[in-house]
Amino acid sequence: MASGNGGVSDRARSERRLAYMLCAPAVIAMLIVTGYPIAYAFYLSLQKFDLRFPDEREFVGLQNYVDVLTSSTWWSDVATTLIVTVSSVALELVLGMAIALVMHRAIFGRGPVRASILIPYGIVTVVAAFAWRYAFDPTSGFVQGLPLIADDWAPFSERDSSLLVIVLTEVWKTTPFMALLLLAGLALVPDELHEAAKVDGANAVQRFFRITLPLMKPAVLVALLFRTLDAFRIFDTVFIQTAGANGTETVSILGYNVLINRVNLGLGSAISILIFIAVILIATFFVKVLGTSTAQQRGEGK
Amino acid sequence: MQTTGRERVLWGIGILVVLFYALLPVVWIASLSVKPADKLSDGKFFSGVSFDNYSSIFEDDTFLAALVNSIGIAIIATVISIALAAMAAYALARLDFAGKAVILSGALAVAMFPPISIVGSLFDMWRTIGLYDTWAGLVIPYMTFTLPLAIYTLSAFFREIPWELEQAAQVDGATPFQAFRKVIVPLAAPGVFTAAILVFIFAWNDFIFANTLTSTDNARTVPAALAFFTGGSQFEQPIGAISAAAVVVTVPIIVMVLIFQRRIVAGLTAGAVKG
Repeated sequence: MASGNGGVSDRARSERRLAYMLCAPAVIAMLIVTGYPIAYAFYLSLQKFDLRFPDEREFVGLQNYVDVLTSSTWWSDVATTLIVTVSSVALELVLGMAIALVMHRAIFGRGPVRASILIPYGIVTVVAAFAWRYAFDPTSGFVQGLPLIADDWAPFSERDSSLLVIVLTEVWKTTPFMALLLLAGLALVPDELHEAAKVDGANAVQRFFRITLPLMKPAVLVALLFRTLDAFRIFDTVFIQTAGANGTETVSILGYNVLINRVNLGLGSAISILIFIAVILIATFFVKVLGTSTAQQRGEGK
Repeated sequence: MQTTGRERVLWGIGILVVLFYALLPVVWIASLSVKPADKLSDGKFFSGVSFDNYSSIFEDDTFLAALVNSIGIAIIATVISIALAAMAAYALARLDFAGKAVILSGALAVAMFPPISIVGSLFDMWRTIGLYDTWAGLVIPYMTFTLPLAIYTLSAFFREIPWELEQAAQVDGATPFQAFRKVIVPLAAPGVFTAAILVFIFAWNDFIFANTLTSTDNARTVPAALAFFTGGSQFEQPIGAISAAAVVVTVPIIVMVLIFQRRIVAGLTAGAVKG
């Protein structure tokens, strides 16, 4: 902010100095805890560095990246991760929207509904993963006792059914977050528009797709961005339920196995950096879409 | 809006469906935790009550150590990140300076950061400088997700605080720092408290860092301890004990979430919608 008055600009300068002093610790801390390790990971990724054979450590350039990108394991894990990400986020969007609409039109009992959907949100992911695993496990589960389900069904013995349980767990755990974000978006849609459309003879479905959804687009995109990036990093649920067995390995599990179990820090760091790049690509894609729609909203709103 | 009987019935059904959805797995794991050992595989929701699993985990040093580690590490991570973030959020919400957008989008970028990307380098650095398997070795990486979350939530809350009061204090001769400490801090306390709960839940939930950067009772938190729980035989997971431990770490969070539900919902959505 430019100002002609000398006193005000002095104040402005001291205000700015205070602002930088207040922001510095948090900003520096974030840079140190993420920037430094990621730079170090990149440095490790350029080396042949296996902790079982530390003497063979040497600089190999991009060789680790070539090894990862030419391995079929990497690509099948990317595919698995994308399957889990897309199916869980899509299901969450539909379910979250349904819950948000139900809560938005609350006649009574809004409190209990909000309280109960916060429970999955608060539960530790590892606990949720165990709960669903024990529900589907043929020895301890109740699922096999349900009608239409074979008594000896062992979902964790094959890929499709394992992925189904993993997606179900993710959806259960994170739909509340999605629903709350969408509910906040719904609150921004003016009632008068609905009333006007009703008078013009639009039915509920038409009103939802023509009025509610377009006006909620920014909220939907933000929710999708958060959840897509979160789902792409999926680790806890897979680790607890299958540990990556039967073709359920995701990229984070692969990174873990190479880094921690095989202590191959060079190759593992290349995987880490590739996951990082993938996340940046996904985020960029969303921000491009998101950027235009928030700009539109700002133009109308302010 | 007028409500008809039919609408009330539909809404009632809606509530029941949501309750069923949210509670099913929780009820299941709670039921497993109190099942007598010989009924564990009967697939029923209720078959007698036994607290053997609970007494066994509370006699287990590994579980108790993990519980202490979880509580201590999550509290330290919460206090540090809230302290740092509160200062930054105050500046972002109240002061005029260049670079606000950079800081906010930087924090957002950090929040999106995949933990697996730094697990390997932290593992290598920590074992070299002696932070592997220590509390500090977990508190530091927790900053990668607690700081951005705290900055976002707090700056959204701080924007709602009446700004004039601070100016009034400054007119009365308070320095900007005094105005911050004596006027804004008390007004901001409820928001700070909410942000602290959210940050605590996130730290309490972490599995990937706890799993990779710890190896013993020294610093292993409950989620990691659960994954490595072994029963009498190494090849069989003690389902009852794991379920009991799972209930123990879940109950405090559920209680907190239920007590502070309004604030938590406000905190969760404020950052995302307004930012």
